[in-house]
Amino acid sequence: MKGMTVIVKKTTQLIAGLVFLYGIYVIIHGHLTPGGGFAGGIIIAGSFILLILAFGSDFIRLTKEETGSTMYENLAILIVTFLAASGMLFGARIFFINWLPKGTAGELISAGMLPLYNIFVGLEVAASILTIFLALIIFKEEMPE
Amino acid sequence: MIPYYLCFILFLVGLYGIITRRNLVKIAISLSVMEFSVFLLLALTGYREGGVAPIVDPTDPVKVYVDPLPQAMVLTAIVIGLATTAMIMAVIIRIYRKYGTFDIREIKNLRG
Amino acid sequence: MNPLIPLFVIVPLAGAFLIMILGRLIRNLDKYLASLILLFLVSVSFWFLLTTGDKVTVYKAGGWEPVNGIPIAIYMVLDGFNTLVLCIINIIGFVSVFYSITYMSRYTSENYFYALFCLMIAGMNGVVISGDLFNIFVFLEISAISSYALVAFGVEKNELEATFKYQVLGALASFIILLGIGLIYWKAKTLNIADIRMVFSSGYDRAYYLLIQILLLCGFGLKAAIIPFHAWLPDAHSSAPSPISAMLSGVLIKAAGIYVIIRLFFNMFAISQGMSVLITTLGALSMVTGVFLAIGQWDIKRLLAYHSISQMGYVVLSVGIGMMMISKGIRDEIAALAIAGGLFHLINHAAFKGLLFLNAGAIEYTTGTRDLREMGGLAKQMPVTAATSFAASMAISGIPPFNGFFSKLIIIIAAVLAKYYLLAVLAVIVSIITLASFLKFQRYAFFNKSDDQNKRNIKEVPFPMLFSMIVLSIICLLLSILALPGIRETILMPATDILMDPSKYASQITGI
Repeated sequence: MKGMTVIVKKTTQLIAGLVFLYGIYVIIHGHLTPGGGFAGGIIIAGSFILLILAFGSDFIRLTKEETGSTMYENLAILIVTFLAASGMLFGARIFFINWLPKGTAGELISAGMLPLYNIFVGLEVAASILTIFLALIIFKEEMPE
Repeated sequence: MIPYYLCFILFLVGLYGIITRRNLVKIAISLSVMEFSVFLLLALTGYREGGVAPIVDPTDPVKVYVDPLPQAMVLTAIVIGLATTAMIMAVIIRIYRKYGTFDIREIKNLRG
Repeated sequence: MNPLIPLFVIVPLAGAFLIMILGRLIRNLDKYLASLILLFLVSVSFWFLLTTGDKVTVYKAGGWEPVNGIPIAIYMVLDGFNTLVLCIINIIGFVSVFYSITYMSRYTSENYFYALFCLMIAGMNGVVISGDLFNIFVFLEISAISSYALVAFGVEKNELEATFKYQVLGALASFIILLGIGLIYWKAKTLNIADIRMVFSSGYDRAYYLLIQILLLCGFGLKAAIIPFHAWLPDAHSSAPSPISAMLSGVLIKAAGIYVIIRLFFNMFAISQGMSVLITTLGALSMVTGVFLAIGQWDIKRLLAYHSISQMGYVVLSVGIGMMMISKGIRDEIAALAIAGGLFHLINHAAFKGLLFLNAGAIEYTTGTRDLREMGGLAKQMPVTAATSFAASMAISGIPPFNGFFSKLIIIIAAVLAKYYLLAVLAVIVSIITLASFLKFQRYAFFNKSDDQNKRNIKEVPFPMLFSMIVLSIICLLLSILALPGIRETILMPATDILMDPSKYASQITGI
């Protein structure tokens, strides 16, 4: 897959980092403001997709990246499952219970387990959107002309 | 009531597309149209007169909030819809590679 | 709050992603890990089957207690009916995954297969145990999306076409279901099945209520492939790899379709005369049409797939007779008999249809064809496959002493007692045509003489496939003891009771 023109490349260089940071902001403020894991994850995946579309990438690197993102996706969802099941080991021993201290409402570190869920759901969504995107590109590249 | 009826009409538009279109990609697009009409209706069911976004403001206890549960449901359903769409697009690309066409009339190996 | 209940979802879900991560590093781990997971689930579900009885166990995820009597947590519910369905899901799942150990070795990227299989099991278990509508939808989609991928696992022309059809109709069904759920939430402002019943029992708008019922019946009917909505089933079930066909036909259309229809129309909606007539008609229609579509088929798996529609018709028919009896308000014992017959046939169908698809897979594995006309004389080379498939064919066509006989007998007796003589006659006729169609299958596949030279080197299939088929044929024989008086009361009657007495279900869950 080929890259795009110099103008697009330069703009993407300037923007992609900011988009990535904004995604992280949305994820870690998920329990305080609208947004959260899913929205932030999509934004992070968007920054990677911008880079790939603007700069292009060759086939072998794409398949390697897809392997990596699949791995991240599986790890993230395993951790989310573990966090949900951890309620059965600690606290009141109930599935999905929020057993960490709640803190005061409105602070960044509060609401117990929710920020942790948000972070790993965000990772999961970012990795899976990237995987879908890469898989579709790989399909297209494999196709005989 | 008009927005609710418009959602139903959008649903029927999607259904019409699925039934009449011959192109695989257009069928997938019609599915998405149908899907989002349902999501719109779901989000509308949480509407309250004069309600604001459901972020609790401790200083103003009498504020009216819209119902947050349909929003959470719609978000979950959007994630599911994303997975369905990705899956169907992958299948369509594979079908194009095997059959060399998007036309549903030429894809009929299975009958009976 | 029994801590084992959420394990039905957690264990296969975590297992699926563990297989994805570790399956790349360690060879053959995927097969054994998946088998172990299913074995664990089988033992847990059996434990529940023996201990549940007629009590209703509720698990509130997150530990959220009801506020002012309104449930706010995600409820997981186990009662007599659930545990039966959980048992058949996990047993057929275990047998199929054990069968796949050799069957799937012909395909590439096996670890994806086992991961998707575990996801499908997690979805179906989730549908069955969850006590609120939206979670039923979410888990339904988990199982549906993984089954779309599994049907297309061979990525050849036929598989892709079948999966496209399946996906379009499945997605249509999902949106119709979601629309119904949204409309319910709009009026009732709750999603918990028991709570919805409480809210609607204090009065409702009749037309609106009917619209919701029709929407949900259409949606879950599409998932269950009842006759006007059956277009996807023969393609999808015949194109999938054989263990997946066994899962789809044996379990998925029950867990995602029939189970939810029965649960919602008995425990959530008030039973009305019109709805029960509609359901009975649909059942009779799919019973008759399915078998007539099946008899002309020459592809084994297509034939079996059409028979699934017909046999599901029996289940829907007898449950519908039960609903009609309840709506008339007279003679509850006939209603109980009809419902028990339907549930019994549901269990039996999982056993023998799973076995028949595994047999078809074994034949395809050795001979490489699915066309009945190209087979013949396999009984000598494949004695175990021939014997097990004979047992399954006799069971599905209702020959004693196999399980199918007893469930069909109960259904026919219930129809006669309820004075629906036409339905009873139809059930008998359909059973005879089923017998004819399976005699054709037996004759062409196993007993016909064939002097084809290249059939000489056909051997019996390897051990894991044989083991699965033998286990299922023994289950087919053993299930007939469920009809005996002492055992029927402990296994079938709790399930029937929970359906017969919806107010008990609602009050036990909401605790009012």
